Amino acid sequence: MSEEKNEKMQDADEVVQGRRDFLKHVCTSSAAALVAATTPSEAVDNASNPDADVTVAEFFQGHFLLMSEEEKLQAIARLEKRYSAQYSKKTTVSNAPAPDGVLFGYALDISKCIGCRRCVHACVKENNQSRNDPEVQWIQVMKMPKGNIAFTADQLDKGYPEKSEFGDYGVQVGGNAYKTAGLSTEDAQNYYNDELVPDKDFFYMPVQCQQCEKPPCVKACPVRATFRDHAGVVLIDYNWCIGCRMCQLACPYHARRFNWGEPHLPAEEMNPKTHYFGNRPRMRGVMEKCTFCAQRTREGRNPACQEVCPVGARKFGNLLDPDSDVRRVLATKRVFRFKEEAGTYPKFFYYIG
Amino acid sequence: MKTALSFAMDFGAYAIKGGTKYYAWLLFLAFFILVGSYTAYIQFTQGLIVTGATDQITLESFFASFVFTAHVAAAAVLVVAPGYLYHRKDMKELAVIGEIVAMVFVATGITFVLFHMGRPDRTWHIIPGLGYMNFPNSMLAYDTIVLNVYLILNSIGVVYILYKKYIGKFEAKQLAIWFRPIVFLAIAWGPLIHIVTAFVLASNARVGTWATAVLPFAFLSMAGASGPALIVLIFLLLRKCTKLEINDSVINLMTTIIAWSLGIIILVFAAEIFTLLYPGTEHADSLRYIMFGHNGLNHYVLWFWGVILALVGSFAALLFSKVRHSYDRWLPLVCVVVFVAILMEKPMVLVFPAFSPTPLGEYTEYHVTMIEFFNVLFVWAIGFLSLTLILKGAIGILTGEVRHDKSSAASQSGA
Repeated sequence: MSEEKNEKMQDADEVVQGRRDFLKHVCTSSAAALVAATTPSEAVDNASNPDADVTVAEFFQGHFLLMSEEEKLQAIARLEKRYSAQYSKKTTVSNAPAPDGVLFGYALDISKCIGCRRCVHACVKENNQSRNDPEVQWIQVMKMPKGNIAFTADQLDKGYPEKSEFGDYGVQVGGNAYKTAGLSTEDAQNYYNDELVPDKDFFYMPVQCQQCEKPPCVKACPVRATFRDHAGVVLIDYNWCIGCRMCQLACPYHARRFNWGEPHLPAEEMNPKTHYFGNRPRMRGVMEKCTFCAQRTREGRNPACQEVCPVGARKFGNLLDPDSDVRRVLATKRVFRFKEEAGTYPKFFYYIG
Repeated sequence: MKTALSFAMDFGAYAIKGGTKYYAWLLFLAFFILVGSYTAYIQFTQGLIVTGATDQITLESFFASFVFTAHVAAAAVLVVAPGYLYHRKDMKELAVIGEIVAMVFVATGITFVLFHMGRPDRTWHIIPGLGYMNFPNSMLAYDTIVLNVYLILNSIGVVYILYKKYIGKFEAKQLAIWFRPIVFLAIAWGPLIHIVTAFVLASNARVGTWATAVLPFAFLSMAGASGPALIVLIFLLLRKCTKLEINDSVINLMTTIIAWSLGIIILVFAAEIFTLLYPGTEHADSLRYIMFGHNGLNHYVLWFWGVILALVGSFAALLFSKVRHSYDRWLPLVCVVVFVAILMEKPMVLVFPAFSPTPLGEYTEYHVTMIEFFNVLFVWAIGFLSLTLILKGAIGILTGEVRHDKSSAASQSGA
């Protein structure tokens, strides 16, 4: 995920390149320059672009959900053509609808999770995220200290105890128990770099899009580019998103990722089996996030993160089916929702197995 | 039609006429527009990655500057309202200047929002009919509506008044029947754009420091201080350099508004600091971070205390009648301090630190990149260039130097 500042500064070569581009484009009319400047520059600059009509047609396309069946097929064909040329491999863009009679739900056992982050990387591989400069990750694993604080008697008067005639131990700021313990984001480490996991003094909690039943991001989006499908998954039309980032501002789970620059996805690492609302390659300036692997789950498969988990901490299934893994977890385990106070009613549950 | 054309021609011709200092100022702005065109080109081709924004701190200086332009645009009603609501004779002539400031600043704000967007080429997606506007759910949809309506209302006001004066048929009692409602709507709309902008921020569960009911009040009081500060500076300058008559009573009214807006800002800050720090819950984390830093991250600490000091100091200074009436020395200085303090408060106190801690407990600092900085200056330069040219033309009309009937123009300018 993250874009540290130094990673983001483009190096001198690119500036020189940019200056050359500038001189090249400076003669074109301002309106044309704006369109050219804001369409994916790779598609425009590289010879890999099949034809300019594709770019123009994509520019004028409407919201996918509001298209007629014919327009949808045209849009899909356009994208398949562009991706196949851009990544030099046959790419399919599926338009499979969400299955009926299904409400997708997820459960994660924080007592089993070992913090190996295989889910993080499987997700990146499956969902065609930008690979370098920056690598975009949809799952973030928090490493939190267990409540095993070294309490000692000699620390009883440490810190700033309030002195009064009732004794010196009134309100104690600092000292023995003035530390976070257990499930708290306060001392969570999100970028740990351990050789071996799990660290015995810590436990781990992966966070991704919680697929809220009442998603604040959907409410915030000014153009409805993000919406909730009938299987309960929050999706984004990458071609409709205007990049205003109001959804990112609204999300209390830090689940949404923005393509600050042109995503870098090497052709050989690109997953050619894509879905329109799922893992098709994104463009610069649009939002993306976990879709419960729309390209997989809409075909009855499990999400990549669930499949790869080596300890079976992740359960995925249909919340309407009482025999599904998730429902069984909900019925028998100690379940909680992350940041329940946000009032978003996630369909992503955590439990202690 | 012919009159309209000559109005535009005469207005333009007068706007670009001026002394050496005037041209130096235009050249100064042109420099930033030239540099800014290049940096804007880089941003529009490479994306927002050239700014300092991250997934952790998702709003950049453009959005922070937008909030500030909304301050000034909303505050311009303070020049319009006294003339129309309280029938102050000394203000009525100047109302059009307030409308020009509102018009230019709201347009500048909209430009900042375009710089903030990841896909400015898809702006049409929000136009109802052509695209889809998520109304009435999205606060940004409301903001889009109120900003554009405010821009239109003020543009109508400015063009109508100036045109009427230009053809010499401006009689306060004979204004078109549709004009009065537009002026009153524009007066009511000023605070509205500001309240809605405050709600765009306050509606986010993620950012605890903004989820406070005092945010609209903080915004309105900051508008009441920063807008009139700019207007006082403009008035003092116009009084010195042009033939436009501006009474001391006008400046004094503006100064009083600045002083008591500052008083309210101080109260709002104090209320917010108390309500958060006394219980000391997680909602205070972000405020503690601004005030004292966090584990060595103290980028914002000096800015916070600097802004507080500037606001309290300006308030105290304006309590002295000597300062308030020192039109050529202390008053402009205080106005500059107020304007700059509130301008810097936006990114360094309101916007950037509010994102720490993130929902997953991360603390980060925002570092503005050079490209971003010059893009901000680019938009400001365009804004101030438009403001200068439009004000200059308007002064010509208000002083009677620009008139449709050339003979009466001569007699009036002589008078």
